[in-house]
Amino acid sequence: MLHQPSGNSALHAYLLLLPALVLLVAFTHYPAVATLIDSFFSTPKGGRPGVWVGLENYEVMSGDPVFWKAATNNLWFALATIPASIGLALVMALWVNERMTGRGFLRMAYFTPTVLPMIAVANIWLFFYTPGYGLLEQITGLFGLPSHNWLGDQRTALGAITLVAVWKEAGFFMIFYLAALQSLSPSLREAAAIEGASRWYFFRRVQWPLLMPTTLFVMINAVINAVRMVDHVVVLTRGGPDNASTLLLYHLYEVGFKFWDTAYAAAITVVLLAVLASVALFQFFVLDRKVHYQ
Amino acid sequence: MKAPSTRLAYNEPGWLDTAAAWLLALLWILPLVYTVWTAFHPSEYSTRFELLAPLTLDNFARAWEAAPFARYFLNTTLLVLLILGCQLVLGTLAAYAFARYTFPGKNVLFALVLVQLMIMPDILLVENYKTMARLGLVDTLVAIGLPYFASAFAIFLLRQTFLGIPKELDEAARVEGASPLQILWRVYVPLARPVYTAFALVSVSFHWNNFLWPVIITNSVGSRPLTVGLQVFSSTDQGVDWSIITAATLMTSAPLLIGFLLFQRQFVQSFMRAGIK
Repeated sequence: MLHQPSGNSALHAYLLLLPALVLLVAFTHYPAVATLIDSFFSTPKGGRPGVWVGLENYEVMSGDPVFWKAATNNLWFALATIPASIGLALVMALWVNERMTGRGFLRMAYFTPTVLPMIAVANIWLFFYTPGYGLLEQITGLFGLPSHNWLGDQRTALGAITLVAVWKEAGFFMIFYLAALQSLSPSLREAAAIEGASRWYFFRRVQWPLLMPTTLFVMINAVINAVRMVDHVVVLTRGGPDNASTLLLYHLYEVGFKFWDTAYAAAITVVLLAVLASVALFQFFVLDRKVHYQ
Repeated sequence: MKAPSTRLAYNEPGWLDTAAAWLLALLWILPLVYTVWTAFHPSEYSTRFELLAPLTLDNFARAWEAAPFARYFLNTTLLVLLILGCQLVLGTLAAYAFARYTFPGKNVLFALVLVQLMIMPDILLVENYKTMARLGLVDTLVAIGLPYFASAFAIFLLRQTFLGIPKELDEAARVEGASPLQILWRVYVPLARPVYTAFALVSVSFHWNNFLWPVIITNSVGSRPLTVGLQVFSSTDQGVDWSIITAATLMTSAPLLIGFLLFQRQFVQSFMRAGIK
């Protein structure tokens, strides 16, 4: 509806949009396109601009064992953090939604990791994991278990990093479940009580289906975070030992800003962009059409 | 088990749930409690747990002197306020255009805005670094904030809110002779205040905590925010003096932590509101 009296309302709208759009284009759309273009050129060296190399950067990528290690690690990281943090978040929300002793404290305890900077949190966990000194060792020591360098061992480094991510995220996702649970009608529960449905049955047949839109929303966020979360890698392991815990964005950071191979870094960025774009398309074309409970 | 009461006791959690919930909560804050213990006790008690161990603030004093934390605090505060201010102003203007104007290309432009929800500046490090180098902004606070000044999230959130405000209100204001910007300022902004608060809390905690882009774009004390300062401090300046590192860690998180503990309800509600819209 045009409800502006004068004919220049479109102009007004463009002027209102201009500052935000200029910045969005300059720092989101332009770099996304420029990355794609740069990934077909070589890295500029000493004032000489990069030259067209076609798919060479992608060939380098497919022959780069660290890239594949980072990709596999990232896949495992995602496959572990997404269900674990969502599952824990749901359980936490179901608990905190009830009249439970110390509910305020429980809610605070679950949510606190979310508020803290990942860098600070990672330092805390670094201390927690320290061999022979950290709390984890002290606890395992009580049970007579041998000392273990959780972050320094190739077999456990990725797991240790995953645990920190789950710990940081679960409380955040809990909030969304809690909001959704609070918006469910109390009469559902009364009806279930009259029918004599068990608690598990009530959850499985009533609460879980009604929470589906929330679960999908949280899942999209969890996928994005699985791509984006690397601060803790910087503090805890720097991708080591021997790339056992490197993730794609961390590899991109090393290639781009430690080795300054910007062309190859652009190719890695394109891979990350492709992942995020497919998540967006999936959400837009599949989920938005299927989920209409609310 | 339970005496029959007027309240519907069906599905109430049993003692087993309560015990499990408490166990998980204690596990959840265990790393934090351990950190607080170490930071407030002399280093010889850092891993020895005695109830009567002497408390001290010495670790904080030593950490404060060992690195320019005052400067880092100033940088982060300025940065967070700068970003928030720009996001709110630009977001309000753009949201108003999307909510209350009709113009050619509106849907396409809105879709272009939404792209940023998925493709965040956090990923586009290499190109944004090049842009900052071209602008001569490397190692400045503005460079850290610039990619975030226009926030798709703010635009989206405020547009939703503005759409929910009855049009009669702004027609009434127009009859009174108010200009579009006056209407925005006098009618829309005051009515959307809770959403502004919610967005502000989310934005401040995000940018207070942000690390990867700042660590790339800064390389001196003058522009480093707290997160980067803490990382530089704990990885190089100190050997393994955990008492000092934990003190510095707590110091860095303190404003957010204290803010959260004081305004818990607002925090939780803000995150809820921001996520659901």
